[in-house]
Amino acid sequence: MSDTAISVRGIEKSFKDVHVLRGVDFDVERGSIFALLGSNGAGKTTLVRILSTLLKADAGAATVQGHDVARAPGEVRESISLTGQFAAVDEVLSGRENLVLVAKLRHVKDPVAVADELLARFSLTEAGDRRAATYSGGMRRRLDIAMSLIGKPRIIFLDEPTTGLDPQARIDVWRTVKQLAEGGTTVLLTTQYLDEAEQLADRIAILHRGTIIQNGTLAELKQLLPPAEIEYVEKQPSLEDVFLALVGETGEAESESGATGEPGDADASTRKEAR
Amino acid sequence: MTTHAIADTGVLTGRSLRHILRSPDTIITTAVTPIALMLLFVYVLGGAINTGSDESYINYLLPGILLITIASGVAYTSYRLFLDLQGGIFDRFQSMPIARSSVLWAHVLTSVVANLVSVAIVVGVALIMEFRTGASVGAWLGIAGILILFILALTWLAVVAGLSAKSVDGASAFSYPLIFLPFISSAFVPTDSMPGPVAWFAENQPVTSIVNTIRALFAGQPVGGEIWIALAWLVGILVVAYGFAIAIYRKKLS
Repeated sequence: MSDTAISVRGIEKSFKDVHVLRGVDFDVERGSIFALLGSNGAGKTTLVRILSTLLKADAGAATVQGHDVARAPGEVRESISLTGQFAAVDEVLSGRENLVLVAKLRHVKDPVAVADELLARFSLTEAGDRRAATYSGGMRRRLDIAMSLIGKPRIIFLDEPTTGLDPQARIDVWRTVKQLAEGGTTVLLTTQYLDEAEQLADRIAILHRGTIIQNGTLAELKQLLPPAEIEYVEKQPSLEDVFLALVGETGEAESESGATGEPGDADASTRKEAR
Repeated sequence: MTTHAIADTGVLTGRSLRHILRSPDTIITTAVTPIALMLLFVYVLGGAINTGSDESYINYLLPGILLITIASGVAYTSYRLFLDLQGGIFDRFQSMPIARSSVLWAHVLTSVVANLVSVAIVVGVALIMEFRTGASVGAWLGIAGILILFILALTWLAVVAGLSAKSVDGASAFSYPLIFLPFISSAFVPTDSMPGPVAWFAENQPVTSIVNTIRALFAGQPVGGEIWIALAWLVGILVVAYGFAIAIYRKKLS
């Protein structure tokens, strides 16, 4: 029991006639990364909202860090942090002000120092005093995740953390998530990207039509299919490999300028002229 | 958790006041329409209006203009609340260990501050337009108290609108009838100049008693029984709007 950070039993939820969750069960081990995999509309976000006390379930029970989400939502909120599907940053405020705001609301000692430390850790120091509205998608997501780390919550919910990000920004987010888990934080993330679950998760649950249809480690899930046959295939680099090799995998230059689209555009116009 | 409620409300109020400081146009646009109305009525139409007293028309008009200022100012509260709901920051606050009511109260307190600033600007312009008052300090405090009650009552209505709106336009549309209400009251012309049914409506709607009370306070005259009608309306609207807002808020979280 003490090793279970999140426990979900028979959770159901309907919106009017739509039965979104039809009895969901799973456990998440403390300090692990658990991925909820599912297509759009599978009910991932609804489940995360229930676990983060934003919605009440119609039936079933769930505990987070040992606290029942329905009966002790206050205690649950003390131990969690939610990074929603859309970067929940205040666009009018600067990155630093966003962090200070959350730090004050979490009653952290010395909010300004906490903000500075996180800005540095997420390579946002230079942009720290600019309004968040001027940030790129990747920067905004980094700020969003940085805001979620304030107060060192034991459990972090990440709802589709990399949707809409470019490849480098995705890798940045993945690295952050792995670091969190290494530090002992439990991470529950939802994703519709199979490779993301494969890259990150200790356990993967597939949510389909409101129930968990499969739950296991990557190796266990792979065993569901007939044993692998050995075939010889020419290894072609994927487009992602090519892209990352060309622009550099570190993602250091990522962010402010949107220069990436240009060469492609130029190609398109020359091709048109050639015709 | 409740021990932090006041501190949390303070932090969140600071946040939305910063929003206003970064876009002061919200305060200026709130003040511009009432000032334009004031100029129009005092310098164009006012000469033809007989208020039945020797007071200058601007003295007669100002209380109603102040209410119009507030009625248009509260629309920004529903607008800002709606944007918070849309943007996801609302969810972030709700999933944090802070008092849930703090999120709404921060918007309400911000509305009080912003509207008082707009009201001060309008009063300043009125003074330039030779508005004069013999109100004592006590009367001024009374006027401020009534205006703050009016802001609170309408702001909680704005919270209802902001929480239940489906679009940005919908969030602020609720204020149009509120802005129009002072026209069918004693704010611009005495109600006895209106035809029967209209006069009946004008005399029995909240704006008239509020306007008459503020006008009497500005003129240094006794307010009579009208202040009780005004207060009953204000407290009544405040309680009902607050109740609705909290009910909708709770429903949103279930």
